[in-house]
Amino acid sequence: MRFMVLVPGSPESEAGEMPSTELLGEMTKYNEELAKSGVMLAGEGLHPTSRGAKVRFDGSEPTVIDGPFTEAKEIVAGYWVWECSSREEAIEWLKRAPFGGGVEIELRPIFEAEDFGEQLTPELREANERLREQSARN
Amino acid sequence: MTSSATHRAIDAVWRIESARLIAGLTRIVRDVAVAEDLAQDALVAALEQWPESGIPDKPGAWLMATAKRRGIDALRRRIALERKRGLIGRELEILQQLDQPDLAAQVEDVQDDVLRLIFMTCHPVLSREARVALTLRLLGGLSTPEIARAFLVSEGTVAQRIVRAKRTLSEARVPFEISSRDELAERLPAVLEVIYLVFNEGYVATAGEQWTRPALCADALRLGRILAALMPREPEAHGLLALMELQASRLQARVGPRGEPVLLADQDRARWDHLLVQRGLAGLRRAEDLSGALGPYTLQAAIAACHARARSVEETAWPRVVALYDGLAALTGSPVVELNRAVAVTMAFGPEAGLELVDSLADEPALRGYHLLPGVRGDILVRLGRLVEAREEFARAADLCDNERERELLLSRALACGA
Repeated sequence: MRFMVLVPGSPESEAGEMPSTELLGEMTKYNEELAKSGVMLAGEGLHPTSRGAKVRFDGSEPTVIDGPFTEAKEIVAGYWVWECSSREEAIEWLKRAPFGGGVEIELRPIFEAEDFGEQLTPELREANERLREQSARN
Repeated sequence: MTSSATHRAIDAVWRIESARLIAGLTRIVRDVAVAEDLAQDALVAALEQWPESGIPDKPGAWLMATAKRRGIDALRRRIALERKRGLIGRELEILQQLDQPDLAAQVEDVQDDVLRLIFMTCHPVLSREARVALTLRLLGGLSTPEIARAFLVSEGTVAQRIVRAKRTLSEARVPFEISSRDELAERLPAVLEVIYLVFNEGYVATAGEQWTRPALCADALRLGRILAALMPREPEAHGLLALMELQASRLQARVGPRGEPVLLADQDRARWDHLLVQRGLAGLRRAEDLSGALGPYTLQAAIAACHARARSVEETAWPRVVALYDGLAALTGSPVVELNRAVAVTMAFGPEAGLELVDSLADEPALRGYHLLPGVRGDILVRLGRLVEAREEFARAADLCDNERERELLLSRALACGA
């Protein structure tokens, strides 16, 4: 099962400040442990929203809104993609991450074909695949 | 937490900690069977206590301390008993080892223990089946029934394989330490082979009703990722991982809606797993950067990468695939590689050239009874428009094939050649 772990931004990350050497060291150690346990598939940090943009779809023309964006809590500053055998395993890994100060880290399973299980009949599955093919082409 | 939620959480902790725990205990007691028993005792203790106490802050350290303490208690009782009978054996030795502070764990990286354990469970004194079973059990954290299901054998067979393997390691006094870099290099191929065997059994199930068993591929990928992270300077560890990631990227696309196999040429490439493709290509670059001459797994990964980079079968760099197969054939001398090379030659230089190669393999003893020899020949004959002969080849291939789904595919290809 694949999981995405979303790390929220903070005033510091939004200001483009790098984390302390100590925290970077702890994070490196944590990342190494994830890698050496075969769990980590991807993980990256994102630049502050001042370097990003939003595109708003409303009316006939999409509108571009340049960063920065104000609600720091709703800003994603980084993510991991993990491969774990269960939701519990992913939670157990996340509990070991070097965070503090009341920060909340969100963990979300990534959709996979098996998630539809028995409910997806061959016919539905085929229709679903056609849809997916189309969206891949669009 | 409800008790079933706690049990699931304990499963998760076990999945994360068991390999490190068993590896650390093996270093201390020098016997993998004893180490596994101690680890199992600690798991039992966790199942008894954690539903009440909650999961401790450092569950790995808790399990290790508990395994040692329970081991010491049990050994003291047994020694007291045997003293009465005048027997004191190996127990005393193990007791002393367990009853000392574990200084090595403070100076060495515990991950080194895991690496040594992998090399131990893949030791050449064991049969291939035993290596696979023991590695999945001790490093993959799979239970005996899970291994039995994965390989379509009975639980009893797997249990016996594991018991025998542990006894063999103990009787052969296989040391936990690896004495030199040379020994590490020499024994690495056996480790890579075990991981790839597991992967392949998931990727093309040799028997049974299912064409693939993705869970087994996931187990192999996990082991491959662990190995590559523990041996970051070893090109073939990265090569094997890249190969598995690239092949696994096609897992979803190579099974049709009714569970039937979908061949590479017919796969919807939009359904390939692009995260795995990227990881595979990056791993291949790492392997190539670390290599002098490319090893067999890196070469196979390079071939898989040609497919991963191509938008369609037609746009595949077939001459490069042929060149890579040339290198692989020279390295391995394997007739199966020659057969795959014939497929690439067909695509690069036309079916006549491919057929010539396949026909030169007709008497190869290693390919006798191998369903893909007539399978490939049938495919080339179709391209030459020789449908009557192609039909016979597909029918022969279906006869030789033990996988139900692949058999159906071969029969339908025979049927498609007309009556």
